[in-house]
Order: sequence, then structure tokens, then C-alpha cells
Amino acid sequence: MGIYLPIAEISVNVFVLLAMGAAVGFLSGMFGVGGGFLITPLLIFYNIPPAIAVATGANQVIASSFSGALSHMKRGTLDFKLGGVLLAGGIVGSTGGIFVFGLLRRLGQLDLFISLLYVVLLGTVGGLMLVESVNALRATRSGAAPVLKKSGQHNWIHRLPLKMRFRASKLFVSVIPVLGLGAGIGFLSSIMGVGGGFIMVPALIYLLKVPTNVVIGTSLFQIIFTSAYTTLVHATTNQTVDVMLAFLLMAGGVAGAQYGAKAGQRLRGEQLRALLALLVLAVAIRLAIDLFVTPPNLYSLSGAGLN
Amino acid sequence: MRGLGTLATAIFLSLLAPTTPARAQTPPIESIQIGLSTDNVSITAGFSGADLTIFGSLENPDPLVARQGRYDVIVVLEGPPKPVVVRRKDRVLGVWINLESETFENVPVSYSVATTRPLQDITEPNSYRQLSLGASNLYMQPADAGDSPATIEEFTAALRERKSATGLYSENVGGVQFLSQNLFRATVRLAPNVPVGTHKARAFLFKSGLFIKESSAQLEIRKSGFEQSIFRVAHDYSFLYGVFAISLAMITGWLGRLLFRKD
Repeated sequence: MGIYLPIAEISVNVFVLLAMGAAVGFLSGMFGVGGGFLITPLLIFYNIPPAIAVATGANQVIASSFSGALSHMKRGTLDFKLGGVLLAGGIVGSTGGIFVFGLLRRLGQLDLFISLLYVVLLGTVGGLMLVESVNALRATRSGAAPVLKKSGQHNWIHRLPLKMRFRASKLFVSVIPVLGLGAGIGFLSSIMGVGGGFIMVPALIYLLKVPTNVVIGTSLFQIIFTSAYTTLVHATTNQTVDVMLAFLLMAGGVAGAQYGAKAGQRLRGEQLRALLALLVLAVAIRLAIDLFVTPPNLYSLSGAGLN
Repeated sequence: MRGLGTLATAIFLSLLAPTTPARAQTPPIESIQIGLSTDNVSITAGFSGADLTIFGSLENPDPLVARQGRYDVIVVLEGPPKPVVVRRKDRVLGVWINLESETFENVPVSYSVATTRPLQDITEPNSYRQLSLGASNLYMQPADAGDSPATIEEFTAALRERKSATGLYSENVGGVQFLSQNLFRATVRLAPNVPVGTHKARAFLFKSGLFIKESSAQLEIRKSGFEQSIFRVAHDYSFLYGVFAISLAMITGWLGRLLFRKD
């Protein structure tokens, strides 16, 4: 069944989009990520213009992170204060990102920049995760107990000034890295259409040493607001949010996520991480190939002024 | 621009024309008129391209010339003019990057041509150029005239090629048919991605390869239906639209948890 997307201005198949949403929702439920980093490239592969894929991806991320954050709030695994500081940074980063987004679009380099960011970030994160999880898998196979980093361990980040206490996270840390991390995620959110969970979660765990049980809830909490802000700014400045497209993806996504979460409980942590790493790497490689393969059309047209 | 009423009457008058005896000794000058059945076309969500039929008539045709088939008609449906940027990808360190670009002013977004015969059989290339008629003779005005002629030529060619490849510039040879000595029907193609806005239908009359007369009419193409309302709201009330998009996402997320909760 075909449906015409009002903003993307193309006809697409409803079932393809629902299935796409469900598949990504399943994976996001399974791995505890928002899924924006999968949705946006998938939409681009499906010939949705990158600018619309990014803005709509941000819109879709709100739905999955909101439903995720609700359950974390109920369990009390959400640090509102930490989330608030991250959010303050996020708003600044997101505003900067939207500005860069508009600038690149005018220069005709937006598509390239989005692809490059995806390749570099997904490649790095996927590679690191794969190495880490394969090591963990090896360690468990050889019978050795997994080596956990001690939470008391301090690094350079903990020597920065302007310290603040975050009770729920049992943390006493400078606000500078927290604001900086928030800003970085906000920037990526507006340019890549992702929530940024796949960077936020490892950064909170490894850099700020936030207890793992608080990390996902807090990250989801801040993602709701960052992506809501991104959606709003994209809607007002670029008019690139397609609610029809977003709704189809969300509808598939929320259903898929619940089944994914159930399936995820049957897999072990390091197996999950290894699978996620492979998935992330596959998306990165697919996008990288497109950068290097000779395009079928060297010339492209775009409207002047209005974009 | 003439109103539609006048155009419609023009057709009827010309149909009656041959029955009235010619009074003047010198043969009257031929003229051409076209009429559209409607001044606006609404395309809905499922629009996948269509043929648009335009009727027209010749006034005062010379019966002998008409019988010999030496009248030719070219009908053009021209989309609204817009500035266009043409970009060329080049390889930099193995990666394909948009490097050079050229901006053109007032490029018709779409350009569909229907003709009685192949263009090269109707008249000289020179007269097409003078009339700026036909996709390949359309003058594309570069925004920066200081660029080298070779560059401008290259990007102009690329612009035409891209427009044809996406179906926005099309040519329908034999798309104009004479139904009688002075009545003709032209079929121009509307591409699935036809732009909305004011389109201009123009008809050119040629007699034995000589340009005689031109006539034009306007046609408004717009989108209709639910999707169009969304598009309008997104542009006219973009802030509210953004708030709506966010609320929709939150409600969907909340409902999804309620309906499918597994914890």
C-alpha cells in the first residue's frame, strides 16, 4: 500500500516503513538504544532525502526514548539532576548543530557531511565495542572472572574545577565534562538525527563513572528533550520534519521494542554487545561504500535560496 | 492573459469560421488559440503522472496548406521558473564530493513539449533558438555571467540532462493531432513529480516551417487532500507543527508502553 509523504514529497510503501520501524524497534528494545542511528541511514537507503531523514529520525527517537524513560522513572533509575545538566549542554550543542546543518545544506555538502559523520562515529563506536565484547567473550570462555573497572578509580576529568554533587548517581564531579558531553550529543542529534545514546552510554560509564543502572534511564531522559528540541528547531527553520513518516516509524517501533526487550533478556550481555557492534559496523561499512563508489550521476540539482 | 471564457468562445467562433464566406480578397492571417477545460489541476497523494489534454484551434487556415499538412503546432507546458543550483561531484582522496557548482536563474521547473512532427522537421534550429522553444533551446541564464563559457555550457547540458532524466523535461512527438482542418488536440505529460504553481501553456503555429503566431493560457497545478494540509501547516505554522510532532511522539511512546508492556 503506497502512501504519499507530505514533506518528503515522495510515495513510499506503508508496510516497508512499518517493518523498518518494527525491526529497528526490536533491536533498540534488545540493546537498549534509541535506534536513531539505524533509522536515519535506513531512510537514506530508502531514498528519503537526508535532510528529511535526519529531522524525522529525531522526531521518531522521542517516542522510543520517552517510553523507555517512563519505565526507568518507575524503577527509580533516573538521575534528574545529572540529566538536567546534560540537557543544558545539549540545548547549546543542538542550536549550534542546527546552524551548521543549515549552512552545509546551502553549501551542498550536507549529504556528504552526514555520511562522513556516520561512517566515522559508527565505525569507531562499533569497532571499540566489538573488540571489548570479543575480549569479554574470550575471558568468560577461558573461565576467568570478568575484570571490572573500580568505580573509585579517578582520571583527569575528576581534577577539573566547578564540582557538583549528583546524589542519585553517587557522583561528585565537575560540571564542565557533563555540559561538554551534553553539548556534543546535542550537536550530533541535530546533524545526524540520532538521540546519541550509543555515545552517551559508554561516555557516562567510562568517562564519568556513573553507575551502570542509572546510565540508561538518565541518558534516555536527556535524549527526550534534546531530540524534542532538535525536532522543534528543524520544524521551524528547515521544515524538514515529516510527521507522517515519523508516525509510521514510531508505530512499528514501539511494538517492536517490547518484543526486542523480551528477546534481549535471553542473551548474555557480551553476546548482545558483540551483535550490536556488528550491526553498527555493518551500517558504517554500507555508508562508507557509497562514499567511494562512483555515483551513477555526477551532477545533481537543487533549488537555490529555498534550501 | 485572456480569461477562460474568451478562450472557449474563441474555439466556437473559429469552428464557425469556415461556414462564413470569406469577404476579403487577401488571404487573412492565420492565428492560433488554445483552451483549457479548467484553470486548475489538483493532484492528490497518489499522483503518478498524467496526460493533460489541451484543445486548440487555428483561425483562418488556408484549406490548401491544411490539406497538404504544412501547418505544424508545438504546444509547451512550462512550469514556474525557479533558481537552480547544478553541482558536480568530483573525487577527492577517493571520496565523491560536490565540488563545482553553477547557479541558474529562472529555470522552468518542468517543460513538456508536444508536437505534430519531430522538432527538426518543423523548422530551422535557428528559429527555435530565437523563440527559445524546446528543452534543448531553452536559454538558461547563469547567475554569475563571469564564469567561463565552457563551464556554463557543461552545467547547462547537465541541467537539461538531469531534468529529462527525472521526467520533468519531456517531448511528445506526435502529441499534437489535428482533429479537423482547424481543431487540434495536444497531449502533454505531467511528470509524477510535477511542481505545484502556475504553469503556462503556450502554443506555437508554424506554416511551412515559418513561425506565424503564438498563444498562451495559464494553468494552476496544486496539491489537494490531507497530505497537502500537512504540508501547508508545516510551512505556515511551523512552530505549532513542531510542537504537534513532539506531542505525537510522546503520546505514541506512552501508548506503546501501555499497550505492549512486558515488564
